[in-house]
Amino acid sequence: MALTRRQRRTAIRGTQYGVLVIVVLLLAFTANWRDIQHGFFDLDAARQLFPDVLSVALVNTVLYTVKGFAFGLVLGLILALMRLSSVPPYRWIATGYIEFFRGVPALLVFLAFGFGVPIAFNIRFTTGSTVVVALGLVGAAYMAETIRAGIQAVPKGQLEAARSLGMSQFRAMVWIIIPQAFRIVLPPLTNELILLAKDSSLIYLLGLTGSEYELTKFGRDAMNTVQSMTPLIVAGLCYLIITIPLSYLSRYLERRTSGETKQGLEVMA
Amino acid sequence: MSVVEISGLHKSFGSLQVLRGIDLTVERGDVVCIIGPSGSGKSTLLRCVNLLEQPDSGQVTVDGTELTDPDVDIDKARRRLGMVFQSFNLFNHLTVLDNLTIAQRKVLGRNRDEAERIARQNLEKVGLAGRERSLPSQLSGGQQQRAAIARALSMDPQVMLFDEPTSALDPELVGDVLGVMRTLASEGMTMLVVTHEMQFAREVADTVLFMDGGVVVEQGPPAQVIGAPTQERTRTFLARVLNPTGDNP
Repeated sequence: MALTRRQRRTAIRGTQYGVLVIVVLLLAFTANWRDIQHGFFDLDAARQLFPDVLSVALVNTVLYTVKGFAFGLVLGLILALMRLSSVPPYRWIATGYIEFFRGVPALLVFLAFGFGVPIAFNIRFTTGSTVVVALGLVGAAYMAETIRAGIQAVPKGQLEAARSLGMSQFRAMVWIIIPQAFRIVLPPLTNELILLAKDSSLIYLLGLTGSEYELTKFGRDAMNTVQSMTPLIVAGLCYLIITIPLSYLSRYLERRTSGETKQGLEVMA
Repeated sequence: MSVVEISGLHKSFGSLQVLRGIDLTVERGDVVCIIGPSGSGKSTLLRCVNLLEQPDSGQVTVDGTELTDPDVDIDKARRRLGMVFQSFNLFNHLTVLDNLTIAQRKVLGRNRDEAERIARQNLEKVGLAGRERSLPSQLSGGQQQRAAIARALSMDPQVMLFDEPTSALDPELVGDVLGVMRTLASEGMTMLVVTHEMQFAREVADTVLFMDGGVVVEQGPPAQVIGAPTQERTRTFLARVLNPTGDNP
């Protein structure tokens, strides 16, 4: 007998909920909750991590990320302008840089920069500056492409208006084009900041000492001491403290940017 | 005394010849309206006057300076020319007041107080006093265009260039912008206006230029070019523009 549309919809929905309930029950009865709790959610082990996980590890992760982002932003802007330059060699250099650093794993860059560069050029950086520069070098390649797209998204009429008022190409870029480009790329740049915060977990490879620990290194170290995965869970939650507000910020900025455009169009219409 | 002199101007985009030898002399205080069908090269001619388009050959001289000379500082020369665009092109990230002051400060080196004083005078003149703190997106099209005119005026230009200033406006907003332009004309501003507003051209222009196919077909006082055109192409164009519904008069 053929089902009516309403009956079919009810049957499909019922099946979906049924499957979900069965899977949850299976997991609940087969899992060994005692082991899981000890392995991942050991409150005693978690308590031992405080306050250092916040006052050292979280603070260091934030500092490395913010400084690396700032350095990457400046370098990214320079690369974006080089990519748009009318002088071909500048374009070649920028394109080469961007393709290279976007194409190789960040881990390789950190290793090469942390160990290769000091040997090759016989210079010593402090660990802090090595971390910041390495993060910035990788971030800059991504940010350069974002910023370039933002500059090109500024309507051509803005540059023409600036030039017709007697501004040089340089002044027009500084006062008219780049400020508008940054408003356009603020949401994607915030996403870039999130990626950089997560990439900062790779820098433990460069050999950090106690007070330089960031979240991942801190978690791994503590994991060995307490014989539980709990510190990694805590470190993970700390990353979320950084990344979730940023992703909300990014969405808010996106809405605001599109809202501005829409408002403008409505007034013009 | 002539303030703009154009001679032998040629411009191509790829294989398309947009300007094919334009000669034009504009006397100080004159209002020249450039009319013609779309694609006739009238906007390109205007954009060649301040070198937003680089002409292929020919000369443009403004106020005694040859702009087409490669050794001339074009940024400096452009200060004598105010430009108003079809799409307004106000700086979207700046308030109306900052739109009017930024070039005064960064290009002419005026201090903030002086720049703002001049900006307020010009906003008053275009009927936008009190909108200093608005962003362009908060203004109507007509208000944006009047702010754009005020922005150009704040640089104390010798000549004002208008590139179809009312074509992007709703019909009920056109009058305000044309009103501002009439005031400017009556104050003796030298103006080059690319427009489809025949009534405005007839009443305000000293000279009307009819362009078609990259050449000036007919040129003279409005009573002659619009009132009694001698060229067939001018007559055809005017018949279409003045009687767009196709009724028999």
